[in-house]
Amino acid sequence: MTAPAAMIEVTYRDAMREAIRDALRRDKNVFLMGEDVGRYGGCYAVSKGLLAEFGPERIRDTPLSESGFTGAGIGAAMAGMRPIVELMTVNFSLLALDQILNTAATVRHMSGNQFGVPLVIRMATGAGRQLAAQHSHSLEGWYAHIPGIKVLAPATVEDARGMLWTAVQDPDPVLIFENVMLYNMTGKLAADAGAVGIDKAAVRRTGRDISLITYGGSLWKALEAAAALAAEDIEAEVIDLRSLRPIDDATIMTSVKKTRRAVIVDEGWRSGSLSAEICTRIIEQAFWELDAPIGRVCSEEVPIPYPRHLEIAAIPQVPKIVAAAKIALGRA
Amino acid sequence: MVEFRMPSLGADMEAGTLVEWLVKPGDQVKRGDVVAVVETQKGAIEIEIFETGRIEQILVNLNSKVPVGTPLARIRTELERKAGVAVAPVAPPARVAKTPPRALRAAPPPSRPAAATPPIVTVPGAAGRARASPAARRLAEMRGVDLATVTGSGPSGAIIRADVERRLVAAPASAETKRPIGLNLDAMRAAIAAAMARSKREIPHYYLEHQVDVTSCEQWLTRTNASRVPDERLLMAALAAKSVALAARRFPLFNGFYHDGKFQAAPAVHLGIAIAIRGGGLAAPALHDVDQMPLDELMARMRDLVQRMRAGRIRSSEMSDSTITVSSLGERGVETLYGIIYPPQVALVGFGKVVARPWLVDGAIGPRSVVTITLAADHRVSDGHAGALFLAEIGKLLQEPEKL
Amino acid sequence: MTAVTDKPRLSRAHALDLLKQMIRIRRFEDKCAELYTQEKIRGFLHLYDGEEAVAVGVIPVLEQRDRVVATYREHGHALVRGVPMTAALAEMYGKQEGCSRGRGGSMHLFDRATNFYGGNAIVGGGLPLAIGLALADHMRGDDIVTACFFGEGAVAEGEFHESLNLAALWGLPVLFVCENNLYAMGTALVLSESETDIQRKAACYRIASEAVDGMDVVAIEAAARHAVRAVRESGKPYFLECRTYRLRAHSMFDAQLYRDKAEVEAWRHKEPIVRFKGWLEASHMIHPDDLARIEAEIDAEIAEAVTFAESGTWEPVEQLARFTYADSAA
Repeated sequence: MTAPAAMIEVTYRDAMREAIRDALRRDKNVFLMGEDVGRYGGCYAVSKGLLAEFGPERIRDTPLSESGFTGAGIGAAMAGMRPIVELMTVNFSLLALDQILNTAATVRHMSGNQFGVPLVIRMATGAGRQLAAQHSHSLEGWYAHIPGIKVLAPATVEDARGMLWTAVQDPDPVLIFENVMLYNMTGKLAADAGAVGIDKAAVRRTGRDISLITYGGSLWKALEAAAALAAEDIEAEVIDLRSLRPIDDATIMTSVKKTRRAVIVDEGWRSGSLSAEICTRIIEQAFWELDAPIGRVCSEEVPIPYPRHLEIAAIPQVPKIVAAAKIALGRA
Repeated sequence: MVEFRMPSLGADMEAGTLVEWLVKPGDQVKRGDVVAVVETQKGAIEIEIFETGRIEQILVNLNSKVPVGTPLARIRTELERKAGVAVAPVAPPARVAKTPPRALRAAPPPSRPAAATPPIVTVPGAAGRARASPAARRLAEMRGVDLATVTGSGPSGAIIRADVERRLVAAPASAETKRPIGLNLDAMRAAIAAAMARSKREIPHYYLEHQVDVTSCEQWLTRTNASRVPDERLLMAALAAKSVALAARRFPLFNGFYHDGKFQAAPAVHLGIAIAIRGGGLAAPALHDVDQMPLDELMARMRDLVQRMRAGRIRSSEMSDSTITVSSLGERGVETLYGIIYPPQVALVGFGKVVARPWLVDGAIGPRSVVTITLAADHRVSDGHAGALFLAEIGKLLQEPEKL
Repeated sequence: MTAVTDKPRLSRAHALDLLKQMIRIRRFEDKCAELYTQEKIRGFLHLYDGEEAVAVGVIPVLEQRDRVVATYREHGHALVRGVPMTAALAEMYGKQEGCSRGRGGSMHLFDRATNFYGGNAIVGGGLPLAIGLALADHMRGDDIVTACFFGEGAVAEGEFHESLNLAALWGLPVLFVCENNLYAMGTALVLSESETDIQRKAACYRIASEAVDGMDVVAIEAAARHAVRAVRESGKPYFLECRTYRLRAHSMFDAQLYRDKAEVEAWRHKEPIVRFKGWLEASHMIHPDDLARIEAEIDAEIAEAVTFAESGTWEPVEQLARFTYADSAA
């Protein structure tokens, strides 16, 4: 029996960097392309050092042309490369939305399966650094709406390390959302950690009283809320969706069947959000199991403001999650 | 003769108004010539003809709005002219005829729904929990209806509000919500009297009797109960009820309702448990799906019924949907019970007292615990032969109590 | 102004072939118009009448391994590139025997075998795609040219500028072919561009560029030969503006309120087929028999394509979800 690998402490950022490095080493068709990924080392320092290691052809700085270089990534993928396009943040990705939706997502179906787009697009997402309204979006739900692409939200160092290679090998476009509040987070990772699956949700904490369903940066708030609830003898089960398209219905329903209550934590704005989709799926598939209406904790319906106290009030927080759970349990 | 029709010029064009003819009968036209002007929501568009030949007849008048595909003119083509095809004039219609557009083979009717979305799989519910909608639960809670006694008509047999409402309506006017103490015994006796009279009047009863050795039941009960607290111990009554329910499942002629000259077998076995009320009343509330109910649950529910009966908290609304009734007077010390069927049911199984009797077992005489079970059945539905088999089945089931 | 041109080898055979290709497109488009009025072809239909010289002049100059990106007005490009007429027409009917399985229709003809990367319904949407295709070839050091066709309307889109900049910055083997037909749907060029001399915009990105008479198939072929060689040898992009005109409306459902009939008529007299035919007749390179033969061959091919499309089959509805992803089951 082989001894278990040593555990090392890494940041989410380090884990993502190692994932990129690993992909670049494994396949010469992989290259990273985006704004400031090379000389600057990446807006969030994810690609620091990679230019020196892999050179300017494979760590390719681009001008501020989101649509241009995202479309270029699509074309290169169609011609057999395996590009990783980095859109600095989801906020700027809107300039590339046409290429993502009208080219990347449609080509395979529209061409009758003649051409596929094995492209990975990584973006930072989320609020919390007082970057104000134009720099604080959480639009994962918008992208999860689109058939033809896959959408991932790694929330742990293990997933930051492991999802990328699986995504690179996928024959279809995969979008990876990295919450900005996670880059500095540390966690333990096996020294030989590698690729992980990308289509299943994970139960991060088991419980019997209520299912807290979430993704990305909100995972840690949900876990903190679960700890707070435990002190009041409420055992919450926390589900990390990991994949936002496709959504792992089976894991969600198994949990809800057990706990009969659910609260969804989603950093997007409430109206028409991913939480609404999950809510509806629970109603479709587990209606008879419910003992309470499904709760949601989302961002308030406002452009995310700059001052700290207002920003905190605008996005999901632990007390709101705890409160929503208690309402579902009739313990408000 | 070829027809020139109103062309489709766009995905959202359904009709056009002819505002100008650029040709008249007798004119020669060739493929690509502009022959008319059509007014559309986008403005006036010149329309071209794709035939070569001579205009023979204009079919549509100016300023008429016609659907796409409507014939506008008749053309005698080059080929026809060369072949000398005779021209048969057609009287122009007084008003525009509604011709369905050509080429409606745009898309085939869907053969099967496309599996574009993954099928919705409903999670099977936890056993024993009634699937009931929030609306149904709310009403049941308010009006004191036990959901276990309601049959659901919602998706996959779930209980919806209408089912609870039906339950409430089915009970006679004396239906009550939870009353803390006391029952209107006079009203109940009157109702019983009416029901029994009707039963004897309308139902041709026949009676069968069968003596069953229940020693193995008693032994099994003793063993099983040895390790149980009193509240959880099983009684013979539960074994009796379960065996009747299982037998009723196998002999559908004894489980159902006789209405309007016809017997309708019931899909479920809802066992009426006849319970005497202190002070002289009698009720036979139903337990649902007893054939599928585990013994422990059955015992608990029977206990609950008796308790509530003693406290006067049986609701007559619980008594309307038994499919067969079992009655036991064993406690009273009576050995055999000849009962009267509760209409519209078609059978009543009675249990007497368990007595010790000398019995022949493997050729030797020895003491055995024996109970007399009786069947009162509706001769319009079943006969003695079937009844005998039914009773024998109950007896057989009672020989293996561990399997109940 | 004009760079060194390569004189095309204008043998009689070659000349007849150029003429035939243009007539083939013209007649095919004409048949599409007819079929559209009969509701056999649905959705939007954008016809190439008047612009045939561009596709016919440029595309045959490319090699089989080169790549072609086009727009929603791409029937002519597809046909010249070698997409079978049967498959193209079946695609427009929506039949599964179409080149895109019937799923794309007129605006989305794709063909892997001829490296034809579509039809695109987003104006300017193909340019970044072309950049990407060329980027892949550049990174792998492959001798492949990507020809990207677009209208002058695309020049207003941001993607045009981003793409030209990237092509020049990274040295990508892209031949940009701008078909300037003077109207972006219903908006005249003079009303939408501050600088209407389009090839000058390419110069701003330091891309070698020239403008050529889009109604002269011989001039276009000469320019294309030069341009493609330049791209292949230098690995750098080249920009060819073809000044042409769209004889038909933008699409079938267009009342053309934005331009004079007289203007259209004037251009009709100098459209590429009329012009080339006239020149061939004047040079005695063509006889009436040639024309009759060409037209008969084309009409037969079109009739065959119509039969093929008419008898084509509909993709079963159960297959709707297939190929949304590589592994999506039927």
